[in-house]
Order: sequence, then structure tokens, then C-alpha cells
Amino acid sequence: MSETFGDFEGLLKRALAPVDPPEDLAARMESTLAELTTLAQDELESWELSTMRDPRNWVRPVAAVAVGTTAGAALVLLRVRQQHRRRSSRASDPLDFAERTLRSVADETRRILDR
Amino acid sequence: MDKAQLDEEFSELYRAHLRDVYSYAYYRVGNHHDAEDLTEQTFLQAYRHFERAVGESDGRPLRPWLIRIAHNLAANLYRDRSRKPQTPIEDSDTLRTTHTTEDLVEGRDELARILDGVKDLPDDRREALIMRFALGMDNREIARAMGRTDGATKVLLHRAIKQLEEIVATKEG
Repeated sequence: MSETFGDFEGLLKRALAPVDPPEDLAARMESTLAELTTLAQDELESWELSTMRDPRNWVRPVAAVAVGTTAGAALVLLRVRQQHRRRSSRASDPLDFAERTLRSVADETRRILDR
Repeated sequence: MDKAQLDEEFSELYRAHLRDVYSYAYYRVGNHHDAEDLTEQTFLQAYRHFERAVGESDGRPLRPWLIRIAHNLAANLYRDRSRKPQTPIEDSDTLRTTHTTEDLVEGRDELARILDGVKDLPDDRREALIMRFALGMDNREIARAMGRTDGATKVLLHRAIKQLEEIVATKEG
């Protein structure tokens, strides 16, 4: 910066002093990140299609996908939608179609996570 | 790069720049409560996109990328609330919590006037000053964080300091 601002810059630097985060924030952040990493891995690894028949079990794995692979999840949805017509023509009834859709989501998620 | 290695690198990034992100967040939103939220959200979002950022950074520092995430989240925060903070920087609290006793004795009024002037600046000028003086970022880093050229950033900083000096002089007068 120019010399004209020399003294003023010094004052500005003192006025805008770095701010230390609260002590508990660092601990909380590390804990949160560790939990999210573990959660995303564990939930996806234990994602058995059979447990997905109960809608009450959908929330945690979906959250894990969102946390662990937001971009990947978008890709899953895109691919699942692209396969919609093929599954629809093969399904024998609405329940069969729903099961094929769930299986497709699981397969695409695993494929993306395995890359 | 495998996931364990990525996680380790992210931990290093987090440890190296927690204070930077928090400082930026604090001066941007003006209070500790929102600054904590913004800091947490910034690192969570950074974690989600870390692998791609590492790939695209080509070895360059990731601090500008982190600050840009914080900048975008702060903008969303204001948009969601449909308002700017009533007190962008809590002057008395800031001076008490971020400055040494020596600073306070020597020039509390002057520092308070400068902080007061900073909040009167247009958003882009205020942000550039925060990055420069609170975080110690150089022109190139600021340019990357703000999505501008190095030249435009240099001009922005120059004008920001000049305008702030005028504001402070007016307040003194």
C-alpha cells in the first residue's frame, strides 16, 4: 500500500486484530467432523436393502449420503431418474417398482462411493 | 488419494485456518454466536467439497477457497434473514475481546472510530479490509477469495483504505 496510508494501516491492523475462536468451538468442531466422517461411512456400509423397506429407517442413511457425498448424491438421483423408464417397464406392480427404485439408489450410491 | 489421507489433510487445513475463518466470520457478522455458526457451516461445507478443491487447487493454498465459502454462507445468512445485522460489529465487545490492555489504554477511542468506520464501508471494501488486516492475506489471496483480478483487488484495497480514512476523519471532526 502507499506510504500515505502507512500510519493509518498500522491503526487499521490493530483495530481489526485477529479474533480467537472460543475454546469449546475447536473441540466441538473436531468432534462434529469426526462423527460425520464415521457416520457417513458406517451408515452407508450397513445400508442393507432389507432394512430400507421400513420408511422409518430412511432418514439416517439419506443424511449420511447428504453429509458424505452431496455431489455424489446428486449424481445418484440423476442416474436413478435416467433409469426410471426401464424400471417402470420391467416392474410387475407399484410395490415391485418401488423396490426396484430403492435397489437402484443403493447400487448407484455404492458405485459412486467405491470410485 | 485415499479417504484416510484426505481426512488427515482436511484436519490440517482445519487446524491451520480455524482462527482465520472465525476472524473473518466475526468481523463479517458482528457477533460471536453467528460467527460460531458460520465457522461450523464453513468447515462442514469445505469437508463435503474438499477432494474436488484439492484436485483443482493445483497445489495453491486453500485459504482463499475457505474464505470464499464463508463469504457465500454469510451472504446467504443475510438473505435468509432479509436484513443486515443491526450492529455489524459489536464495538465494545470487539475491543474488549480482541485487543490487548496496552492497545486499549493507548487508543481505545481511535480504534473504536476505525471499527465504526469499517462497518460504514460498502460490503466489498469492508471484506477486502477484513481479509487484509484481520487475516493477513496478500493481494493474490484476496483476489482469489473475492473472484477478482490481482489488479482490481489492489485498487479495491486502496479505495477502501482511502474511504475509511475519510470516514474516520469526518467522525473526528
